[in-house]
Amino acid sequence: MLTAAGRRPWTFYALAAFFALYVAFLYGPMICIFVLSFQGPQGALVFPMRGMSLHWFAELVTQTETGDILGAISRSIPLAIIVMAATVAVSVAGGLAFRDRFRGGAALFYAVIVSLVAPGYVLGIGIGLMFQLLGLPANWYSSALGAQLTWTLPFGLLIMFAVFGRFNRAYEEAARDLGAGAGQILRLVVIPIVLPGIIAVALFGFTLSYDEFARTLQTSGSTNTLPLEIWSMTTNVTSPVIYALGTVTTAFSFIVIGVALSAIALIQRRRYGRALPAGRH
Amino acid sequence: MRHAGQSGERASPSPPPHRVRTAPPISGSPARPYLLVAPLLAVLLVFVVAPLAFVVAVSFFHYDNFAIIPAFSFENYADVLTAHLTYELYLTMIWFSALTWFFTLIIGFTVAYFLVFHVRNPLIAIGLFLVCTVPFWTSNVIRMISWLPLLGKQGLINNALLTTGVIRQPLQFLLFSDFSVVVSYVHLFTIFMIVPIFNSMSRIDRTLFEAAADAGSSRWQTLLYVVVPLCKSGIALGSIFVVTLVMGDFYVVKVMSGGSRASIVSAMYDDISTLLFPHAAANAVILMIIVVIMVSLILRVVDVRKELASQR
Repeated sequence: MLTAAGRRPWTFYALAAFFALYVAFLYGPMICIFVLSFQGPQGALVFPMRGMSLHWFAELVTQTETGDILGAISRSIPLAIIVMAATVAVSVAGGLAFRDRFRGGAALFYAVIVSLVAPGYVLGIGIGLMFQLLGLPANWYSSALGAQLTWTLPFGLLIMFAVFGRFNRAYEEAARDLGAGAGQILRLVVIPIVLPGIIAVALFGFTLSYDEFARTLQTSGSTNTLPLEIWSMTTNVTSPVIYALGTVTTAFSFIVIGVALSAIALIQRRRYGRALPAGRH
Repeated sequence: MRHAGQSGERASPSPPPHRVRTAPPISGSPARPYLLVAPLLAVLLVFVVAPLAFVVAVSFFHYDNFAIIPAFSFENYADVLTAHLTYELYLTMIWFSALTWFFTLIIGFTVAYFLVFHVRNPLIAIGLFLVCTVPFWTSNVIRMISWLPLLGKQGLINNALLTTGVIRQPLQFLLFSDFSVVVSYVHLFTIFMIVPIFNSMSRIDRTLFEAAADAGSSRWQTLLYVVVPLCKSGIALGSIFVVTLVMGDFYVVKVMSGGSRASIVSAMYDDISTLLFPHAAANAVILMIIVVIMVSLILRVVDVRKELASQR
């Protein structure tokens, strides 16, 4: 809060220091493993740095000391893309539907919350058991895909609720008055207005799938996704190769986050940069 | 004043949309909402409702060394509930939940308070908020293991303390202990407190601060009697997230305790690895019941639905 004179009170500085400490706590450990992943071949799991090289990154590609990392990546990325696309489609449709009251809506909303707070591994066991008892093979593109959607959809839907909560329906009516059909209204009016929200949903869909562990463990069948591979490495790999993998996947996540956030920022800037106010959204 | 009302720009859990109706729905067809939610409903039925039903069904099955046999018996529950280990696991995880809840709440509330009430420039507030949320979109497993070089016997913290002469022996409790487990939880889950509390705080009318001050309230009293009550729904939502995440945790306890502790879920995993599906299923049902009880206790203290509705 500002004091009457506009000077910052002492609490501002205390809280700013607290915030800085929190950010250090948040990023400090990650920075440590990034640094340690660039060690020489004699590198160990702790400081001090033993040499400097890209040795452990090369190790990732040659896979002499590790499991099938490249295979895991080749499954995790397509899976994340499919989950992202499905999350966007289902969440946008669901968000549109929940703008109106409909019978059973409250029950469906509760089911979404259950999907969000139910222990992930329990859902994983259930899906695994179901596939087993029905005689279906468990695979990353079937059972694990469904399992991950139970984690990404609630987030997608809650974001769409927030987005449509501030959406002015007068735009839709104006379009209809001008003779637009339902499909045109969606494609030319609604989607462009809520696009930043849709990108946020896509970001959640991709990253939450790419990093999903508990729901995938019992549902990915005989092959591993990347988080499962990393987890199995924590128990049997004792060299910085695991840090190198951490650096690579985190860098990849940062790229994805950067692209999504810049896209949102760009759209907002274009929108608010124009002379005409672009509406409430 | 500042950025009130912009909070919704960020991706965050929030209530279903306003129902301010400016006109009748675009398409009058009563089937429209059902067509739109059909995919959502299908996913939830196939991958949430049906699997949970399977878990409940299998928890009553018989099993021997070779197969699971459909049956209706309570032996799995009897096994789980008479095992001393079960109580130990639940007490451990409830203890970890309580500790994690306490620290994430204190940190989350303070961070949100700083961002909402002390950062004047809305763009900077959004930027700092994103700084807090970015790690959420990266791998939890990696974030957890990134504590190893810091907390170990030869880790950064012990080394720093040894060189500065604060301690003579490396601190053993830093890694592979309850301490490192709680540190990891707080590290991973504080964001789940920050976002909902941030959301509730952003909706607080700033004139209330002046009113409180005019009425002779100190800053501390304003915090306690104005801000905290108005953040109740955010605190409750964050608490639900943190408690359910810790209770359902798999790998943090396993890795950060160095194998000395197990979680409820990792015990289930061990069951499944030895094909004791019905035993794991019974444990899963009990876990679900405990989690539901914990969530309803939180909802009993704060009626989230009512709170959210009143803020529309």
